[in-house]
Amino acid sequence: MKRRQFSKALAAVGTFSLVNPVGIVRAQPRSLKVGVLLPRSGVQAGIGQDCHRGVQVAAGVLKELGLPALEVMNGDTESNVDVARARAERLISEGAQLLVGAFDSGQTTAIAQVAEQRGIPLVINIAAAPPITEQGYKFVFRNFPTAPMILGDAFANQLEVFSAAGAAPKSCVFMHVNDTFGVAMQKGFTGVMSKFTMPYKVVDTIAYDPAARDLSVEVAKAKASGAEALIMVSRLNDAILITRELVKQRWSPMAVLSMGPGWYEDQYLKTLGKLSDGPLSFVPWYDPNKKLSKQLEGAHRKAFPDINLNTNHIYTFEALLVAADAFKRAGSTDPKALADAIRATDIKDNVSTGPGIQFNAKGQNDKLKNSAIQNRGGKLVAVAPKAASNAKPELPMRPYDKR
Amino acid sequence: MRLLEGVPRRGLILLAALLVCLIAFPLFASGYLLAVGFLILYYAYVGQAWNVMMGFAGQLSLGHSLYVGLGAYAAAALYVHFGVSPWIGLGASIVLCALAGAVIGLLAFRFGVSGVYFAILTIAFAEFARIGFDHFAWVRGSSGLFLPVANYTENDLWNLRGSPVMFYYLMLALTAGAFVLCHALLRSRMGYYWRAIREDPDAAQSLGVNTFRYKMVAVVLSAAMTSLAGVVFAFYYNNLFPEQIFHISRSIELILGPIIGGIGTLVGPLVGALLITGLAEGMRELMLQLGIDVPGVKQVFYGLCLLLVVMFLPDGVWPAIARRLRLHA
Amino acid sequence: MALGLSVIFGVVRVVNFAHGEMMTVAMYLTLVLVSALKLDPLVLLAPIAAVLFVFGYLLQLGLINPFINRPEHSQFMLLVAVALVLVNAQLIVFGPDAQGIRTAYSFDSFQLGPLIVDAAKVYAAAAALVVAGALFAFFRFTLLGKSIRACADNYQGALVVGLNVKRLYALTFGLGAACVGAAGAMLMVVIDVTPTLGPAYTLLAFVIVITGGLGSMPGALLGGLLIGLTEALGGVLFVPSAKSMFAFALLVLVLLFRPQGILGKKTS
Repeated sequence: MKRRQFSKALAAVGTFSLVNPVGIVRAQPRSLKVGVLLPRSGVQAGIGQDCHRGVQVAAGVLKELGLPALEVMNGDTESNVDVARARAERLISEGAQLLVGAFDSGQTTAIAQVAEQRGIPLVINIAAAPPITEQGYKFVFRNFPTAPMILGDAFANQLEVFSAAGAAPKSCVFMHVNDTFGVAMQKGFTGVMSKFTMPYKVVDTIAYDPAARDLSVEVAKAKASGAEALIMVSRLNDAILITRELVKQRWSPMAVLSMGPGWYEDQYLKTLGKLSDGPLSFVPWYDPNKKLSKQLEGAHRKAFPDINLNTNHIYTFEALLVAADAFKRAGSTDPKALADAIRATDIKDNVSTGPGIQFNAKGQNDKLKNSAIQNRGGKLVAVAPKAASNAKPELPMRPYDKR
Repeated sequence: MRLLEGVPRRGLILLAALLVCLIAFPLFASGYLLAVGFLILYYAYVGQAWNVMMGFAGQLSLGHSLYVGLGAYAAAALYVHFGVSPWIGLGASIVLCALAGAVIGLLAFRFGVSGVYFAILTIAFAEFARIGFDHFAWVRGSSGLFLPVANYTENDLWNLRGSPVMFYYLMLALTAGAFVLCHALLRSRMGYYWRAIREDPDAAQSLGVNTFRYKMVAVVLSAAMTSLAGVVFAFYYNNLFPEQIFHISRSIELILGPIIGGIGTLVGPLVGALLITGLAEGMRELMLQLGIDVPGVKQVFYGLCLLLVVMFLPDGVWPAIARRLRLHA
Repeated sequence: MALGLSVIFGVVRVVNFAHGEMMTVAMYLTLVLVSALKLDPLVLLAPIAAVLFVFGYLLQLGLINPFINRPEHSQFMLLVAVALVLVNAQLIVFGPDAQGIRTAYSFDSFQLGPLIVDAAKVYAAAAALVVAGALFAFFRFTLLGKSIRACADNYQGALVVGLNVKRLYALTFGLGAACVGAAGAMLMVVIDVTPTLGPAYTLLAFVIVITGGLGSMPGALLGGLLIGLTEALGGVLFVPSAKSMFAFALLVLVLLFRPQGILGKKTS
């Protein structure tokens, strides 16, 4: 009895799904439907929502540039790969002709497969894991540096900063968060560093848990190493925790050299006030002297007066810029034509540091450069490379107890 | 066919009809529905596997992500490092997970850890594995294990490279297989022993049931079944991160289905997976239709729905449906 | 924090899987009150504990009571659902970014010879000891405390003697929640709050409580100390990022050899 009734119930549900197919809606020729996938809830909600600000500002700026309109469809990946994949499929079946996303490397990989199978171009805003553009994908493009690129530029920019400031540390301790990005950076670190003649030696490497709520032991260990400066690969919360520990444990390194997020983010500046001044971050950034940068800055300030323009906004914006530019040149919403147009992208007038946006055969923008930025009085200034800077670096950092 | 004994013919026909519907589903479904269909089957399968341990033998595990993760990593690492086909790799996955299950079961049951304590023990092992794999360089630690993805021009069943349709059918086969297996188990002598243990372990023991042995079988079997889901997961998503796959939220996700559907029933995990996944997707659609684009709102309503179900249907949805239907029949 | 879980489980025997989430509620409450009243979070400890007490009391009375005699997985589901709602409601209301408060002593530390001790942690720990002492005294010396313990020891006995078990349970859950509230206010001095902070703390509280002994209050304190020490030692001697592994290893050992916890009483 039981079984029969159950079958009936399930069969009913089954047929319901069958007779309720999702129709594919064709877009109007004047606009391109872009599905934007970001982790706007769940553990990565902070970054996902920050990236979303780049989306919100984009429409106005793209219009000023005379680019065709984008019809943005938002999808929340909930910081989960299952959801990321299902959302990507959903957006495509709703008619998305291009996808943008998704900050996290795992979720991006899941989306990339959907994009490839369905033949819909995916422009990655942020995700640094190298394998994503090493799979031979035809529809996946990344305008964001990979971990080895970030490292190489970081060392080059450090040398520039040291010579401009006339000071350099002789020894460093390297602390990194033990997550995808942190480990990718740690692995490349020694190899890439050996290609440069750095003035310092790395005396100790300390990895810590991304979910750590207390980093006093780690900082004590770093202090005990006797190093002059601190090299960091971290996230936001741990950057704040570590700074607090530095103050409490009365250790003022001559420099904090960060090669990742955290140390320049708004929350860091706001939470720590004057204690936030001084750290140098070597990160994918924007060239403040470029014309479009000023335009984007203006639009951003108008929309979010309390928030500094940052990596999340810039690269999410540029992903949409790539989409609009390709749509204009392709003159159609056909995914294949769009992908070809993206491959031929050559945007000189952009925002991020470097010569512009181009993709190599693998779909990677390998021309991107990083910047060195420094926190000064709650604002961020670019200090290297020289061509893309608007201030001189200050080194050594002012000790924490003298502020 | 002893298996079919006592199963009413009309039930069988309807079951076959359901199977036909599920088989025909990809012919009509869009990519999105197919992805959702895959998720439903995936959760139905792991829910069924978990149900063997909890629903049949009464051992509450909150760390099943351990077996998903171990299974996934074993097969994926063999494929990445040695090009071993997942069909061979899954042998390794099964063995590894069965061993892990055996060790946990052995420790727990020998030392008399039960109830809430057993549940916490399973969490501890899963967390232990999560942090351990974060530091396990051979599988790339926390930077994640990526499987090479070829272009999907054709389906390569041997290496599990192919389109979502292939994975859908694979998952369907697994789910159907698990259904039949669990049906057979429930009717076997062991099935009766399990339920005796679940209802009253002391009474079962005093009646001469070797509770230790049967609890061990349940744990090992459940772990081995779960490992297969891990293998499929690895080759479907093509990347593995310890933070994702061993995380406690994964363990919780995969047991929501059977609890909502009805613990200890054969059909519960299926109904539960359908409801849970359907509810989550439905909520998103609802939010979309209402034009609410506030991250988090969907989860609040989802949580409230779960709350209502556990409050008013303590045994799960399926027993309630069955009861209601019987009244009408 | 761990004390709260210990109180709740010890008496009511419901495993609170929404514990960490309740704590983030307390933390946000602290945040709001501190910025509105410009008071020290440790001063606000009592009112926040009181609010959480009411929250816990109502939660128990309204939601959890019908579940007392249901199987564990059912209670587990209920609290997971509560946790899900709490986390995401906080996400909607407060946004995803970490928020913290700064006190005069946020960055202070004491130097004791070669040791540097964090001032905020010392104050928080002192406050925790006061709360623990108060709770201990309550259970030991007041009539109400004694009747709650009676419920824990012998449910049917308590019924027979004419105690209002339902009300006592709610009271206990409220007390546990109040501990969580106090813990939240204290933690706010030391760390920043995000909506997704909860689950990690639920897990941590479990590890601590089970190590010390579920239902034993001195056990919870001892467990906290032990886990802290284990993690610190693991961090110093081994890779810091793997230090939680040592805590879980300790938990497994305790579960195997003394499942009732180091200071727990054996229950049948």
